[in-house]
Amino acid sequence: MSETSAIVAETAARIFEDLADPQTVNQAKDESWQAPLWSSLEESGLTLAWVPDTLGGAGAALSDGFEVVKVAGRFAATVPLAETLLAGWLLSEAGLPSPTGAMTVAPSRWSDELKIDAAGVLTGKARNVPFGKSAEYIAVLADGPSGPVVALVKLSDVRPSDGHNLAGDSSVEIIFDKIKAVAHAAAPAGLDRQRFMLLGATVRANQMAGALETVLAITTRYAGERVAFEKTISKFQAVQHNLARLAGETAAAVAAAGSAADTFANGILDDRFFLEAAGAKVRVSEAATEGASIGHQVHGAIGFTKEHILHRFTLRLWSWRDDFGNESDWAVRLGRMIAAKGADELWPLVASR
Amino acid sequence: MTAAIQFDQLRLPPECEKLRDEVRAFIAEETEGGSIKPTGATGGDSFSREFSRKVGAKGWLGMTWPKKYGGHERTFLERYVVTEELRVANAPTRLHFVADRQSGPILLKYAPEHIKMKVLPAICRGECCFAIGMSEPNSGSDLFAARTKATKTDGGWLINGTKIWTSNAHQADYMIGLFRTSAPTKENRRHGLTQFLVDMKTKGITCNPVYQITGHHDFNEVVFEDAFVPDDHVLGEIDGAWKQATSELAYERSGPERFLETYYVLEELVRVLGPDPDVRGAEGLGRLVAQLHTLRRMSVSVAGMLHAGKEPVLEAAIVKDVGTIWEQRLPHRARELAAFSEPEATNQIPFDKKLAYATTIAPKLTIQGGTTEVLRGIIARGLGLR
Repeated sequence: MSETSAIVAETAARIFEDLADPQTVNQAKDESWQAPLWSSLEESGLTLAWVPDTLGGAGAALSDGFEVVKVAGRFAATVPLAETLLAGWLLSEAGLPSPTGAMTVAPSRWSDELKIDAAGVLTGKARNVPFGKSAEYIAVLADGPSGPVVALVKLSDVRPSDGHNLAGDSSVEIIFDKIKAVAHAAAPAGLDRQRFMLLGATVRANQMAGALETVLAITTRYAGERVAFEKTISKFQAVQHNLARLAGETAAAVAAAGSAADTFANGILDDRFFLEAAGAKVRVSEAATEGASIGHQVHGAIGFTKEHILHRFTLRLWSWRDDFGNESDWAVRLGRMIAAKGADELWPLVASR
Repeated sequence: MTAAIQFDQLRLPPECEKLRDEVRAFIAEETEGGSIKPTGATGGDSFSREFSRKVGAKGWLGMTWPKKYGGHERTFLERYVVTEELRVANAPTRLHFVADRQSGPILLKYAPEHIKMKVLPAICRGECCFAIGMSEPNSGSDLFAARTKATKTDGGWLINGTKIWTSNAHQADYMIGLFRTSAPTKENRRHGLTQFLVDMKTKGITCNPVYQITGHHDFNEVVFEDAFVPDDHVLGEIDGAWKQATSELAYERSGPERFLETYYVLEELVRVLGPDPDVRGAEGLGRLVAQLHTLRRMSVSVAGMLHAGKEPVLEAAIVKDVGTIWEQRLPHRARELAAFSEPEATNQIPFDKKLAYATTIAPKLTIQGGTTEVLRGIIARGLGLR
């Protein structure tokens, strides 16, 4: 990690520690903690880290943004930070300035059909839009008459459905019924649905890696505190082996997600990025399935309660598997790419990373 | 909440990629010449004096060691590239692999100068095969239960006892053996073991073959009857071997050989599934490739951290735990994914052959060099649980 990335990550961590401590947030009666958190993130330039200053952002390096996303995952905070970062990046790619306020993005599902005409009128449906209820704007990558177009829509101009993910964060369906975009511009060459989904997958994978780090940390801590049969459960070999497996899954997630982020941040966008990003979403999602289950097993009944913070991480881990392509979907795409290239090309591709 | 597990994002530097091209050119030549057989599954397990000599002549053995011992003073990352390319090519590296990976580094650290000058150059030339004498009939994972004894005599030591599961022993020039020189103490049951360099031609050493479930002879029972080892063959501190083993283990645990041992099955699976697999085949293949890519990134990262002088002990143990389980399951996963492939297809025969071999060797992968159970104990210690 570069020095600036480390500073940015530290800044983000401090804000979350002060304003979104998982224990405090878990006990909060309402969502009034979210507004001060968001303003603080906004004021420090983190929400628009990926937007150049000429377009209203902080102009941070891509690698810095990924660090922020990972930190956000460590706190499993219920604010659209990752989505706003992605939206800001998408708008900037098309040369559009970013508005102030929380944003979200579409598509987050391969099956979404989103069309835009030459006048900037959107039609179609986006499913499982994260924070589609609470954000102010949505940045959309839609099919235009002559290629992909980036459009900005005010969420008050559409009527999002009710809906939420496993963790209770809004995840809604939005129907664009001839909705006029606030702004729109052609996406640059190379920025198509696949590249956007790959970036979205990389962002989610890094959030998930962060969340798994916390699951490992709190589960390890709990095992060292909880006493059963007259010793801490951390002394039982069966528990130790579960935790070792959790460490292995977390390690795989951290390595895969970090590697994909590093690849994108270095401007590598060919098959190597496909392997990295698709591979990361597959492997990190597998780690989420295994890792979150182990976290629950070690915690026993207390981890199954609302009162304990474990669910803030595990339920999001399981939900995030589905955003920007789930692991089955990416595995099929990756497998087809490998099959089409042929057996002799497999090792050279893997070794190129 | 600080992150306990660290994987630096290391990419292999340009000199490694240049070297990779050289290794691939060599592999292509040797495949053409017949010393590497792409169709044979057992390649990586084969023993070839001629091939090891060629690898030595290329300067790819003892790569990181000082030049005065025949080494090449190259980086650990360059060694990594040579190891992974030869492994993936199924090259017959058995003669030199153990010597190059772990016996040489032990000698470098603990052997007297004249022994280093004699043995290390031979390893670098690819002429020297090593065995590791650790396990005994009643001492496997629990190394400190070792009972084979070294008794002090004039000018050296007399070894008596039995080592078992000793790979290569029947072909090895030397063994690095762990022998009991004192009884363990009440305070420290690890006390009392010493490492020795043993010339396998020494009188009083008998190798009896132990055949493996693959049908191959790799394991041996090695019986010592008053075998004499001179004083200058003691490696390191007498009674203090337990202090010597730990730091180098990170190198041994995290290398590419810890997840690539059955790689050939994956390559054959791609051939069997063909260029346009159905959804089931594609998903299974995609997951395996994602898992392999992740393991390699973890392993390269650990190599980079070692290269940078860090001690990623926890990360290295994790690579071996996750990596060996992956390479062990790979043949079974490949079998499932190929279940509906066309039995008459030309690709089917090499796949079946390699799958059969990989399936039979798979059980050893999570046992050799530290079992999964032992590794998980080490990981648990790294997490602060014990």
